Amino acid sequence: MQKGRFGIHGGQFVPETLMNAVIELEKAYAFYSKDAHFNRELDDLLKNYAGRPSLLYHAEKMTRDLGGAKIYLKREDLNHTGSHKINNVLGQILLAKKMGKSRVIAETGAGQHGVATATAAALMGMKCDVYMGREDTQRQALNVFRMELLGATVHSVTSGTQTLKDAVNETMREWTNRIEDTHYVLGSVMGPHPFPTIVRNFQSVIGKEVRQQILKAEGKLPDALLACVGGGSNAIGLFYEFIGDDSVALIGCEAAGLGVDTPKNAATVANGTLGIFHGMKSYFCQDEYGQIAPVYSISAGLDYPGIGPEHANLHDTGRAQYVSVTDTEAVEAFEYLSKTEGIIPAIESAHAVAYAQKLAPTMKKDQILVVNLSGRGDKDVAAIAKYRGVKIDE
Amino acid sequence: MNRIRNVFANGKAFIPFVTAGDPNLAITERLVLEMAEAGADLIELGIPFSDPVAEGIVIQKADERALAAGTTTDKIFDMVRRIRNKLDIPLAFMTYANPIFVYGADKFLANCSACGIDAIIVPDVPYEEKGELLPSCEKYGVALISLIAPTSKERIGMIASQAQGFVYCVSSLGVTGVRSEITTDIAQMIALVKTAQNIPCAIGFGISTPEQASTMAKIADGVIVGSAIVKLVEQYGEHCVGPVRDYVLKMKRSISA
Repeated sequence: MQKGRFGIHGGQFVPETLMNAVIELEKAYAFYSKDAHFNRELDDLLKNYAGRPSLLYHAEKMTRDLGGAKIYLKREDLNHTGSHKINNVLGQILLAKKMGKSRVIAETGAGQHGVATATAAALMGMKCDVYMGREDTQRQALNVFRMELLGATVHSVTSGTQTLKDAVNETMREWTNRIEDTHYVLGSVMGPHPFPTIVRNFQSVIGKEVRQQILKAEGKLPDALLACVGGGSNAIGLFYEFIGDDSVALIGCEAAGLGVDTPKNAATVANGTLGIFHGMKSYFCQDEYGQIAPVYSISAGLDYPGIGPEHANLHDTGRAQYVSVTDTEAVEAFEYLSKTEGIIPAIESAHAVAYAQKLAPTMKKDQILVVNLSGRGDKDVAAIAKYRGVKIDE
Repeated sequence: MNRIRNVFANGKAFIPFVTAGDPNLAITERLVLEMAEAGADLIELGIPFSDPVAEGIVIQKADERALAAGTTTDKIFDMVRRIRNKLDIPLAFMTYANPIFVYGADKFLANCSACGIDAIIVPDVPYEEKGELLPSCEKYGVALISLIAPTSKERIGMIASQAQGFVYCVSSLGVTGVRSEITTDIAQMIALVKTAQNIPCAIGFGISTPEQASTMAKIADGVIVGSAIVKLVEQYGEHCVGPVRDYVLKMKRSISA
């Protein structure tokens, strides 16, 4: 009876009220994912609206500067709305429309998923409500206004730690309240089955493109792939295509906040234990009684106490490796990439860039490292200025 | 599990809920004794959770207060042991999958059995995932209560046929909390349950007034009230025992009429 398992992880731990909704979603996805017309429509949106394929850019200066592996950046930051989130959102909202839904709801941390959802909802004529922790509405005030510009209603969530976890709680509560006309556009590879599978499949376009692009550019597969991990959607989107290629190292970068040994971090694989939360069995930062820990990261998008079940399984099997990157390292990488390549990365993606700075010099010059630049950093400029003690009068 | 049968043996059952440890465990202990005295037929004790996704704002805040007061699962077990020395009323825990799973389902249910908990209600463990808890529940003779919702439709037969103790009928969409009216055709839901298995049905979510309780008691075997009581606890704090006792008396009377 147990569906949507990745090893021991995953499952469908949701209130009975939502069971028929997730079953209906599973059936609709099973049908439309094989429907030629649906796939043509989605391909068209990805190409002509989101701007895919995204570039695989050879970061020549960075490569030279670090003096090791040849570094490529997968430019998800160049997608419409500025991050990889649009890949999943276009797929899910198109699916919701086929299912006859007229309204979408979504959680958001940094605001990237909320902006992408509000954007696709505007395009496809759906009503849209976005739930965002109050602390994040302050960290990412510009994205709140952006969503409102796009016609969405943004709800500030004041419960718990007022961040991404609480935004997910509140969106789930709203879904139990209104199911008939509403689809929950979950933004990461988490939650109850079938979300981790659906979101992964919609994001797997990233890795599929990388395979083609790197084979064309280099005639061989990369040696390592790097991506930041909160829930893990951009990472799994990059990794999935390469899971069967044992020569390709898969490395996820978690947010270590002030440090993995301090109470203020969001490094789930490093510090988490097995639990059942937000619809799934996976690893979570929590105490001995199963109370979810109040996690922290400078990055609102990685400030989440869990990790998607497929990542948890990739960790268990040893197929992927998960490393921790602190706030300080991420901010330095944010500035480094801006100055070295003229590309301002999202603070989330900067976690992967930071680890690339450590890893590349240890690799040989004929080896290839691909870093997923999951989003652009415009939204973070004010926060980084504040971190550096610079006052900006907007 | 025998005590669960007694719940519905004397007419319609009144089932109050309080969050254990709100405002502290000493008050919870007194609340349980007084609610039993006032006519409660089964008492649900909530084990507070940091992220109660099936709860409305009233019980969310109660969970926050209880956790802030230092309540833990072990301290709740200790309190239940003390209550059991004085009282034979059926008791159920209501909590989420994670506090049980992380404590260890086997150890948790062994403790439930040892200190006299008769049933557990776990809203985020649906029928498809009950294998996570059921083996330990059966091993230690603790009933795993099944929930059905207004959206369950064709699932009701499947769920009810394997239900134990009683079926918890969720009256409305959404989370727990007081509602001015309940529009679901609950009689129809209950009829589907009874077709699958002759098992008692109790209605919860949204019930707060004696009038609502009386209406619901006409179509069900019991009425569950949570948020309305937790609101009294919030309002009166350490002085909540009297007001809660009076409320339970009034509600029990309304469904017995």
